[in-house]
Amino acid sequence: MSISLEQVQRVAHLARIAINESEALATQSSLNGIFTLIEQMQAVDTTGVEPMAHAQDVAQRLREDAVSEADRRAAFQAVAPEAEAGLYLVPKVIE
Amino acid sequence: MIESGLRELAAALAARRISSVELTTLFLDRIGRLNPDINAFVTVDPEKSLKMAAAADARIAAGAAGPLTGVPIAQKDIFCAEGWTTTCGSRMLANFVSPYDATVIRKMHGEAGLVSLGKTNMDEFAMGSSNETSFFGPVKNPWDRTRVPGGSSGGSAAAVAAHLAPAATGTDTGGSIRQPAALCNLTGLKPTYGVVSRYGMIAFASSLDQAGPMARSAEDCALLLNAMAGFDPRDSTSLERPAEDYTSDLDKPLAGLRIGLPREFFAGSGCAPGVMAAVQEAIREYERLGASAVEVSLPNSHLSVPAYYVIAPAEASSNLSRFDGVRYGHRAADYGSLDEMYARTRAEGFGAEVKRRILIGTYVLSHGYYDAYYLQAQRIRRLIADDFAAAFRSCDVILGPTSPSTAFRLGEKAADPVQMYLSDIYTIAVNLAGLPGMSIPCGFADGLPVGLQLIGNYFAETRLLNVAHRYQQATGWHRQAPAGVA
Repeated sequence: MSISLEQVQRVAHLARIAINESEALATQSSLNGIFTLIEQMQAVDTTGVEPMAHAQDVAQRLREDAVSEADRRAAFQAVAPEAEAGLYLVPKVIE
Repeated sequence: MIESGLRELAAALAARRISSVELTTLFLDRIGRLNPDINAFVTVDPEKSLKMAAAADARIAAGAAGPLTGVPIAQKDIFCAEGWTTTCGSRMLANFVSPYDATVIRKMHGEAGLVSLGKTNMDEFAMGSSNETSFFGPVKNPWDRTRVPGGSSGGSAAAVAAHLAPAATGTDTGGSIRQPAALCNLTGLKPTYGVVSRYGMIAFASSLDQAGPMARSAEDCALLLNAMAGFDPRDSTSLERPAEDYTSDLDKPLAGLRIGLPREFFAGSGCAPGVMAAVQEAIREYERLGASAVEVSLPNSHLSVPAYYVIAPAEASSNLSRFDGVRYGHRAADYGSLDEMYARTRAEGFGAEVKRRILIGTYVLSHGYYDAYYLQAQRIRRLIADDFAAAFRSCDVILGPTSPSTAFRLGEKAADPVQMYLSDIYTIAVNLAGLPGMSIPCGFADGLPVGLQLIGNYFAETRLLNVAHRYQQATGWHRQAPAGVA
């Protein structure tokens, strides 16, 4: 298979990465090289093999529903590009 | 002093032959002198380091020191450290001063009293095998400054190899501790998945990422792992196990040890002859130490690189979605809508390799491709893990080369991602299975270091360190240092 220029642009949009025409062309070529490598997987019959999502076969740990952290909002928002009155500022999304 | 191991440094500190401030100053001076050329460190803050050293000296004077209190080390810039710029090698985080400590940082600096010499350079978001994808420029290999140190923990490897730090931390998602250790003549250990906390370690591929020590000897790695490992309630994949002393079996004799040699690692022409010759000589050394070699098979190992380049990018595309210009890091200067702000911020903040992997990950997870790529890769991951389980029925450790070549030239593979990816062909399967793996120095090919990989069963770190330590007592490869770093 090979990935079309439209597919590259579609995936870049889904990933929210701005990409121009020449970048998309270069990306298309490198992705097609990488997918040639990835395609080796398709030769293997994995019928009946259970997918392995994780290295350790353990159940997710649960904890008590209790407050465990101190309020450090000011310290965490101090590193934000734009914050005001405890809120993160972004361009207006509702007219 | 700069050639000393961690145990000797700790002993000198405990006996007050040197203070932590003096020792830290010694390494900071070397960093000031040699780092401008090698580029191993991206952040050095002598004031902070010396403050930590003074606190360690006070702790030693008060009789409250731990085994490594006052010893200075380098931290890979993937670990959040409160008050320190934490960049992960990316423009995206070039201005990010962490408001909190990773668990590894808290344990090493807060509890153990180790001193931080600074943050080391790395491939951007740990995606690379040469340290060339860093926003802060490539790192030079101290053994040959026209060559790469390996990656992604290339700055940590170069720092220890050039004696800018006695030891360092690294992280390993597909080989990022072991491959740079091999290329820089170091000892590096990737523990079993879940042994070291990932809290505050900037995520690349969460089901594969694992932190570990990089040092000159197995003994140093054992000492450092003692300070890094342990259950952490803040990491949901951290394993609840009793604490272990990783130095406890270092001297145990190797008589009766069964070493598994995977047929697939030794057949064919994938490995450079000089690397293979050094590995074969290491096998003979192990036989002299009382071990016996048995052939094993990892029939699906050739599928590890293809499966990894689906699974790791898929997880990365999700993990890196948090970098959107809202809560921290870079934000584009010009944008109209919110969507445009995201897209421009991410286009500017990420480098080419990181974007490539986000796009692969987004693609393989997208509608219509999930089964063919992502689920197929996870099924192959199971086959690979099963291969290891079968092999460990007839051997105690698995041995082979760490990397198919010695350090390659800066720029040599930078334009060809697939060639770069294949430099991790022997290390990636270990991450997919979640097993512990080490690289130890085993000789030289054309003057460049060769790494020997040791792979253990789950939680066999103590055994691996023992197998590495006995070899290092019988050979001197790990004590070789590059010329021109004195």
